Amino acid sequence: MGAVRRAKLDVRGVSLDLYNERTGKSLPVLSDLDLAVFEGELVSIVGPSGCGKSTFLNAVDGLIRVTAGEILVDGRAVNAPGPDRAMVFQHDSLFPWRTVRDNVMYGLDLQGKLAKAERVERALALVELVGLTGFADHYPHELSGGMRQRVNIARALVMEPQLLLLDEPFAALDAQTREFMQVELLKILARAKTTALFVTHQINEAVFLSDRVVVFSARPAGIKEVIAVDLPPERSLSVKLQPAFLQVEQRIWRLIEQEAQKTGMLTVA
Amino acid sequence: MTSLDRAHAEEPPSPAPASMQGAVEQAAARPARDESILPPPTSFWARHEHALLGTISMLVFLAFWETSVDLGWVNPLFTSSPSRIVRTAIDMFADGSILVDMQVSGFEFIVGYGAAIVIGVPLGILMGWYSRVDAVLDPFVSALYATPRIALLPLVMIWFGIGLMSKVAIVFLGAVFPILVNTITGVRTVNADFVKVARSFGSNDWQMFLTVVLPSSVPLLLTGLRLGLGHALVGIVVGEMYGATHGLGFLIATAGARFQTDKVMVGIIIIAAAGIVLTGLLRLIERRFERWRPSIGG
Repeated sequence: MGAVRRAKLDVRGVSLDLYNERTGKSLPVLSDLDLAVFEGELVSIVGPSGCGKSTFLNAVDGLIRVTAGEILVDGRAVNAPGPDRAMVFQHDSLFPWRTVRDNVMYGLDLQGKLAKAERVERALALVELVGLTGFADHYPHELSGGMRQRVNIARALVMEPQLLLLDEPFAALDAQTREFMQVELLKILARAKTTALFVTHQINEAVFLSDRVVVFSARPAGIKEVIAVDLPPERSLSVKLQPAFLQVEQRIWRLIEQEAQKTGMLTVA
Repeated sequence: MTSLDRAHAEEPPSPAPASMQGAVEQAAARPARDESILPPPTSFWARHEHALLGTISMLVFLAFWETSVDLGWVNPLFTSSPSRIVRTAIDMFADGSILVDMQVSGFEFIVGYGAAIVIGVPLGILMGWYSRVDAVLDPFVSALYATPRIALLPLVMIWFGIGLMSKVAIVFLGAVFPILVNTITGVRTVNADFVKVARSFGSNDWQMFLTVVLPSSVPLLLTGLRLGLGHALVGIVVGEMYGATHGLGFLIATAGARFQTDKVMVGIIIIAAAGIVLTGLLRLIERRFERWRPSIGG
């Protein structure tokens, strides 16, 4: 890792309290968090269930305001969602009334900067990139879960974001599809050359995809440890059987176990 | 049931009831095939069974009605008869008297119902989306929604007089609340994930309404339009019965007072037909907007 690499995402001393309107109470979710993600990196966040991983991602996207500290993307402070970031959401966030092509085009439609023909062209290029050529005119309900998540990824990538945020994008997929999608994601991101922040609760997935894995502590979440994954960047599923892989996985698992014990919840859901 | 039995005559006899028979045998013959790719039923009867049964039952009813009047079982003064109604309708269209009534009622409907949509849908979106707008307007909406709109007729007559505008107002009042209330519910039940996606892609409020709120609210919005349609037609008839100089409701009321049962029936049929046609139109619109939805059931 070069010393002068520029931080794509720079999180400085971020704390975040979530206010619950019903109970009238504030819940501290993130506490004094520092994190830097560098250009071209894929960094995963894992942690005990309910520790605030998704909340953190939403804060980076600008959907939730932080209580203290600041989040910088390319040196600019994040206050609201912006075109420099795009989010891949969990299952079933595709608009069922839009075709694959129109779903992918959604962000460009909102921007309204490009002419329709150009938006269509770019959307179709992304549909092709994620391997869905021929399905552009299908509706989401006509696709399998894995294909739907490809659309979801394409919908974010079409914006050509500086930083791609992925919020447990494979959580709803069956185990087999999930593994294949992990390989696909690496290929897609290599082609798109995007920096990415990936939230998951599956350690195995985090290790396989990432250059570094960030382990969150129990709520209010801080960073417990950052672990560099020393595996070749070109990975196939067989990597998951190598001793080096298993060692990292074990180590992360133990860290999370410690945290889960603190909350009285031993297993990671 | 005899014709149904005949339709299945080519197939081997089976103890299953006739309605189950086809499905059971097809499933047995092609166990591996999905139901949706089974060949369509071949005989004319099988393809149109539903519509044909409906038509037949209607024709039987009309024939029974006509004969019972012809045989003197019932007094045509009370029930009229299909042939009398047709003859009266032809006369009324020929001398043009009914066209004026249709025009008047049509105008009241189009303006009143149109205004109810133009005001009800945007207001419903605003009330559903912005809790402050809802807080301000909800007491009025709830109170008026609970009031039978017909009870307001005397007031509306005092304000707008006996002419067209009072009926337009009553049609509007009848239609606007179902549209409004259903739109509000539609907006409130928008999937929070979709709202989050739109926000994440930088949507402003206006884009949110157009690209997320409106498409997700379509089912409830159309339910509101359909309920509003019924109320609008009631509004026309009752409003014109209460005080008017023309219109189908006026026709029904005056003809009824003179025991002109044939004319009453013509008026009722025209209004009923309008209701059926308009509901059908709404269903077409619904189908156009819902074509992305996977089909459920058979």
